This record gives sequence, C-alpha cells and structure tokens, in this order.
Amino acid sequence: MQNQTEYIVEVSDLKKTYEKVEAVKGVSFNVSKGELFGLIGPDGAGKTSIFRILTTLMFPSSGDVKLLNYDVVSEYKNIRTNIGYMPQRFSLYQDLSVEENLAFFARIFGTTIEENYDLIKDIYIQIEPFKDRLAGKLSGGMKQKLALCCALIHSPDVLVLDEPTTGVDAVSRKEFWEMLIRLKQKGITILVSTPYMDEANMCDRVALIQNGEIMSIDKPEAVIANFGRKLWAVKSNNIYQLIQDLRSIDFIDTVFPFGEYLHVTAKDLDLDLKDLKLRLKEKNHSEIEILEIEANIEDCFMELMTK
Amino acid sequence: MNRFIGFVKKEFHHIFRDSRTMLILFGMPIAQILIFGYVVSNEITDVRIGIYDKSKDHVTQEITNKIISSGFFILHENLNSDEEIEAAFKRGIVREVVVFEPNFAKNLERDGSAAIQIIADASDANTANMVSNYTQAIINSYVKTELMAQGMPYQIIPEIRMLYNDELKGVYMFVPGTMALILMLVSAMMTSISIAREKELGTMEILLVSPLKPLPIVIGKVIPYMVLSFVNAVVIIALSYFVFGMPIQGNLVFLMLETLLFIFMALSLGILISTVSNSQMVAMFISMFALLLPTMLLSGFIFPVENMPKVLQWLSSIMPAKYFITIVKNIMIKGSGIGIIWKETLILAGMTMFFLVMSIKKFKVRLE
Repeated sequence: MQNQTEYIVEVSDLKKTYEKVEAVKGVSFNVSKGELFGLIGPDGAGKTSIFRILTTLMFPSSGDVKLLNYDVVSEYKNIRTNIGYMPQRFSLYQDLSVEENLAFFARIFGTTIEENYDLIKDIYIQIEPFKDRLAGKLSGGMKQKLALCCALIHSPDVLVLDEPTTGVDAVSRKEFWEMLIRLKQKGITILVSTPYMDEANMCDRVALIQNGEIMSIDKPEAVIANFGRKLWAVKSNNIYQLIQDLRSIDFIDTVFPFGEYLHVTAKDLDLDLKDLKLRLKEKNHSEIEILEIEANIEDCFMELMTK
Repeated sequence: MNRFIGFVKKEFHHIFRDSRTMLILFGMPIAQILIFGYVVSNEITDVRIGIYDKSKDHVTQEITNKIISSGFFILHENLNSDEEIEAAFKRGIVREVVVFEPNFAKNLERDGSAAIQIIADASDANTANMVSNYTQAIINSYVKTELMAQGMPYQIIPEIRMLYNDELKGVYMFVPGTMALILMLVSAMMTSISIAREKELGTMEILLVSPLKPLPIVIGKVIPYMVLSFVNAVVIIALSYFVFGMPIQGNLVFLMLETLLFIFMALSLGILISTVSNSQMVAMFISMFALLLPTMLLSGFIFPVENMPKVLQWLSSIMPAKYFITIVKNIMIKGSGIGIIWKETLILAGMTMFFLVMSIKKFKVRLE
C-alpha cells in the first residue's frame, strides 16, 4: 500500500479543554517522515496534553489529529502498535531488573529482545553491565536509557518522548540527544518535548509553545535569525539592582536574567553604550560589563512571549 | 498468548519482591485465624443465671437441671418475684434469668405448648445473644429427647446453628468469617492496589499504548492473586481442621469450588474499585471502608444479622461475604450439598457477573 501523505504527524487546530482550563488552544503542525521535531516550552505550556492526544491516550476536544495517517480517535488501535512512547514520569517497573523490564516490554509488543537488538544495541550496551540491577536502583541517566530502549524494542515508526531529559544531569542529557540523532538516522520519526531551550538546536524543527499556543514553528537557526535585533549581555556588581535600574531607563526595551548576565534589548536599533554605562554608574553600579552577543533560542522565546 | 504469559510473570515478580505484599498475603491469614480461634473466643463457660420458677413442677425441674448440668451455666440464685429479676440484673452477677410460666407442666399436657421466658443482660449484646441461644438449644434438645420420646405433643422453635454445632464451639463461627474477610482483603484490596499502582507510576500509560487489550491486562493482573488467594483458603481450612479440630462434613471439592467462586467475586470487585481510583491510596481507602468494615460488621461474622436494625439487615443482604459465610458454615458444619445452598451460590455468581461486566465497561482504554 502506498502512503498518500508525506506527513507522519498532522495536527490541525487542536484544542483541549479540562473542565475550566483550556490547555491547548488551537495548535497546528505537521511532522515529516524521519524528522526530529521538538516541542519546546515551559511547564504547563500544554506539551504533555498534545503528546497524550497524539499517543491516543486522550481525546482532543476539537480539531483533527492524525498519526501515520490514522485518526487518533477512531483508528487508535492502529496507532498504538506503531508508536513508541516514553511518558513524562519514569514509567518502568522499579521492582524489575533492567533485563526483565526490557523483556517484558518486548513481550507485550509481541517481539523479543533479540529480534530488534540492532536498534537498541548502541544504547543497551551502555546499561548492559547493570542488567541484573533493579530499575529503581539505576541513576537518572541510566533510567532514561532503559526507558528509551523499552520504547524502541518493538521497532516503532514514530517515537514520542515527553520530557525525556527532565531531571537528568548535563552529561547524560547530551548523550541522550546524541542517541536520538542516531535513531533519526535510522529513519525513525521522533517527537520530543523539553523545557530546556538549549536542546532546541539539536532538533530539525522546533515549535515554541506557551500557554497552549504555538508561537513559532521553524528550524532552530531560522527561529534565531528571526530575532532580528541586537542583543547585549550586561553585568555589574549588583545584579538584582541592575534589573530594576535597566528597566527604568527609557531607551531599554527588555531585560531578562540569563545566568550571571542580563540580556538586554533596546527600543532603537542600536544602543549608546557610553551613555548606558554612565547612567549605570550614576546609580552606583561598578564592575560594569556590556557585550554585544548572538541571540539564542531562549532569547527568541522570551521575545515571542512578550509580544 | 505469549504476551499474556509475560504479563502474568511480571505480576508474580511484583508480588514476590515486595515484602509488605508477601506479609499481607501469607502472614496475616495465619495470624488472624489463630487470633480469632484462640483469643476472641465466643465460647461461654460458667455463666451465672437465675431461675424464676412460677410452676415448680417436674418438667420445670428437669429443664432446670438440664440447663445447670450443661456445664455452661451456674445457678446463682432462685428468684421469687418479678422485682427480684431486675434487682438480680442490677447487681451485675446474673447474666440471664429463665422464667417458667405458672402451671408449666399442665399447660404442656393440655395445650401442647408452654412458655419459657429467657431474659438476658443485653448490656453486652453479643454475650446476651449467645447465652440465650445456648439456653434455647438446651431447651430444644430437652423437648426433642424427653418429650418426643414419650410421644407427647410439643412445640419447638429450632435454633439450627446450635443443633448441628452441638459442642457449641466459638471457633466454628469464626473460621468462615475469617475466610471471607481474608479472601476479600487479599483478592479485592490487593488487586485494586496493584492496578492503581500502575496508574500512579505511569506504567499504565505504556500498557495502554501497547497492543495489549484491556481484558488480558485485567486478567493478567488477577490470575496471580487468584492463585495466591486459593492457597490462602487452603491454609485457613487446614489450620481450622488440624489446629482447632473443625469438622469438614461436606464435600471438600465442593467447598473449594465455592471458595473459588467467592475469590472470583472479590477479584472482580477489586477490578471495579481500581477503575474508579487513580492512586494506591484511594484504592486502599475504598477497599478498607467499602469492603473490609462492612464485611466484618454486617456480614454476620461478628454481630448476628438477626439482631441488627432493619436498615442494616437490608444492607447486610448486599454483602457478598454474608452468603459466603452461610455457604461455608453449611458445607463444613452441616455437610450440605448444592441442594441446600444453591440460592446463595447463585447470588454470588450473579454478583460476580455484575462486577465483571461493570468493570470491563468502566475500564478505560484512555487516560480520561
């Protein structure tokens, strides 16, 4: 049978309402075959709701959602056999060993570890030394690897990962993304959500989502290119006071804290750095540093949020 | 099928690796049956009674002698007026007063019936009930053995439980109740908790997304508990037989089949509970308050159903345990077959079907 559509995931005008709260307010996006698609936004933005609807675990309140050309409401059974899903909460059996978990998930999907070992080999090899350890006793990074193996064991066409890197250390996060990129090269379509903006660069395309609405869908480079204005990083000896003082200056547009610096945009195209320094000194700031920098995804996110 | 076996295997892993579950499964039944058997004894000995004999003829004398020589009662005082009855109770030593009507023997000969009033101190309702039951049983047995033998007309209100359990042993009353309680606990509570745990830990999300259908998931959850509950039932029956010498008059296979039916009922109830609870805590509380307490209090296990207010009696008739207790008592003590207890069996089977259909209907293939 020939697949008529080029899209693996089609979402149009999806809305989801819980009693009084509207969690998803008319979201549309498509994901092509073999794409690594990121849904990026803070907690409560509606990422989990969207993923649960995609994985047929919830009904959409309205809108059309199709996965692999099957409707998530009427043809949910066809979808379920073809997707790998990793829910947000760690969803393995803590009282089963690594190997038992994997064997269990292989079995309920009607396959064996051996049959699809190629697919998980790269990942499983890292946790194999601990295969007799109970899943509950693994470190966060290893748990995620095991969960990914379990989601992959039946060789799904689409992988849906809900915040897989939340609560995982920086090194494991990096490793995890490298694994995703390798999986993508094997032709698996991957949808992943994350609250970490820095992970956006690893995706082919990202959707920035906030309060149930998608603010922008594009390649990560394009999102950054769309920022379209100059950005400065500012620092002084009193960073808290600096926020207040910068916001009170008339030609400053936005001020957001980023680590030890404040990211600042101006209302005009450019900024008179001397004038700014002088004004800050007047307000008793010392050790003032001002650098012009490239915008990152998070700057874009903040920018879109304030619009 | 392979999928299904994998699932059942996983469930056994869960059970055998959790020491608390194991304790509830195997420690509790043994502890409970021993505690109920030895400590919370329903037997009565040396109860002090008063006799108010308004007739003082040979029949009343004989009945009095029967009561006192039974070993359960000690004649504390003979009373001579109605006022003395109240006074005797107020002193708190006498637990029961037996009153013979005037012209007892004459009435019996002439009308074929005579009246005995049994007044028990009901401040302790349980003891009062037992004491009066014991007395009734003695009087009944007197009517049967003495009066019937002489071919006299008689009137008898048979107290069936006493008739068969002629040693009047408390443990006989407790074994069926304990069995019902433990099977209810293990089957209903443990299954509902184990399903709720999958929901709580989020593993249910994966199971739902998997090609496993709801029915195999539920059956896979239930089978291990069914096996373990059955083992429990065997342990309880063995304990009561070997330790407490409780007879098994009826067919053992039939008893086990009825037990299986009850286990099945409790399991389907457990599934139903789990479909409405999203966390282990909720499942536990529903099981505790909706199942265990009513089972203990309303099934006739501890408090006799006949003594309850009408409303509670109605409530008691929807308690599955009540029917199971009746079934077990009938089979073990009286040796009844299906001919006697088909009604109770049918009710249990009906309840099982109802819970099963309800829970399959309510089982959600989605999260909401």
